[in-house]
Amino acid sequence: MKKSDYIIEVKNLRKKFKENMAVADISFKVKTGEVFAFLGPNGAGKSTTIKILTTLLKPTEGSVHLNGFNVLKDKAKARKSFGIVFQDQSLDIDLTAYENMYFHATLYKIPKADRLEKIKKLMEMVDLWEKRKQIVKKFSGGMKRRLEIARGLLHHPEILFLDEPTLGLDPQTRQHIWQYIMNLNKSEALTIFFSTHYLDEVEKIADKVAIIDQGKIIDIGTVKEIKERNQTLTLEEAFIKLTGKNMRQEEGDNLAVVKQYLRKR
Amino acid sequence: MFSTIYILWLRQIKRYLRSKSRIIGSLGQPILFLVALGFGFGPMYSASGQGNFIEFLAPGIIAMSIIFTAMYSGMEVIWDKQFGFLKETLVAPVSRFNIMLGRTLGGASVAMFQGILVLIISTFFGFQILSFSGLLLGFLFMFLIAVFFTALGTAIASVLEDMQGFQLIMSFLVMPIFFLSGALFPIEGINRTLYYIIRINPLTYGVDGLRQSLISEGYFSLGLDLVVLAILAIITLILGAKLFSKIQI
Ligand SMILES: Nc1ncnc2c1ncn2[C@@H]1O[C@H](COP(=O)(O)OP(=O)(O)OP(=O)(O)O)[C@@H](O)[C@H]1O
Ligand SMILES: [Mg+2]
Repeated sequence: MKKSDYIIEVKNLRKKFKENMAVADISFKVKTGEVFAFLGPNGAGKSTTIKILTTLLKPTEGSVHLNGFNVLKDKAKARKSFGIVFQDQSLDIDLTAYENMYFHATLYKIPKADRLEKIKKLMEMVDLWEKRKQIVKKFSGGMKRRLEIARGLLHHPEILFLDEPTLGLDPQTRQHIWQYIMNLNKSEALTIFFSTHYLDEVEKIADKVAIIDQGKIIDIGTVKEIKERNQTLTLEEAFIKLTGKNMRQEEGDNLAVVKQYLRKR
Repeated sequence: MFSTIYILWLRQIKRYLRSKSRIIGSLGQPILFLVALGFGFGPMYSASGQGNFIEFLAPGIIAMSIIFTAMYSGMEVIWDKQFGFLKETLVAPVSRFNIMLGRTLGGASVAMFQGILVLIISTFFGFQILSFSGLLLGFLFMFLIAVFFTALGTAIASVLEDMQGFQLIMSFLVMPIFFLSGALFPIEGINRTLYYIIRINPLTYGVDGLRQSLISEGYFSLGLDLVVLAILAIITLILGAKLFSKIQI
């Protein structure tokens, strides 16, 4: 398969959970080395899209290519191409930090001779090498996040997926985390695909932004383009203008439940 | 391929060895059974001319500790779903069959280890192993029982969303399988309906095989026990791997 300039190619992607259309026909492309922000209100379909892109969920329709590999047909090669930090933590909290890294290194077939050195390098990068023998259960939220980032990078992926990587972290930790990631983006042309609700982060680092709402992409472009199109000063204002002021129902039929309850009374 | 199986096996072992409370906690029940049933029914059993009850009971209790530990290990898939770690293994560029196989072998090793502990404990209650070759054969049966139930646990856990179903499975599947297997009482001369239930119960062949190996007493032939159990273990392993590889989260 020929590799194109686009390291991520998504075509007409849909995902239906029973009656709920979580992702409703989205298409987009991400260039190699780009920092791509994937934004949207709660329940917009960000995590679902990321799960499909990373082979955890099967799409109802549509196609995804990562690094030229179809995620449904060329699973193993597609999986080798990316590292991921999920929205919810995904470490084995009963193992030590080092054991979590070693487990990953084994699964990704990093040669035995290089393992120690690679693990050390990444754990030093996120300032956790000193803590390598601690059981992860005792880590703080920020430490766990840093460890997950180090782990996601261990096998030298071409793409790093980050689903709300800085959620619940203090400003210092958030800055540190973005620093590690942006350094790699510059030095190794690592492509970054991330979602977040901190729009100030996005303004600072994203090359390109897609805004998704109710499963549809409603705007896509550089931060500047989006602000200009919506005639706003900040990305946050543009975001609110595009997605409305109301809070989102997490489940499609919550409203129906409330209505039924009221009727009964 | 082997590195994947090995690292998942190792993970199960490490988790087990680190949870001292789990190891000790899961010895409580077998000891209670040995004391209460062994000493409680022992005199009655001997009086009816059937010999030493501990000899009869111990293989059943060993099997019990294996199936409980094995089911729990298999169902750990649900914990991993909830605590998130499963995602790490599911996005890795390795076959899910190998992941499942490694997990299952790890869980089975843990269950078998637990069974060996109970075997050692039973000797303090007067249980006597007949021969070394019998012991080795007993280990084989213990391993097969462990694989069967870990794979069964994994299969069930692969389709369950959360731990709430676990209690249900324990009460309505695992407990009946244990109590209706001939682990606690002889099959001879039993009520017809019960007899047929016991005959279709996979654990019956496990307990019978274990008893034949360890104390040379049993109901079926050793060959039948071995064949039935081995075939069932393989089928469950394949079924479990199929369901595991279909997990979406
Ligand atoms: N496994 C599932 N089964 C059924 N519905 C689901 C499932 N996962 C997600 N959904 C639904 O799909 C929609 C999109 O959810 P998703 O998690 O992708 O949103 P999100 O954009 O990541 O939101 P957030 O910012 O809150 O993380 C929601 O309506 C959600 O309830
Ligand atoms: Mg999300």
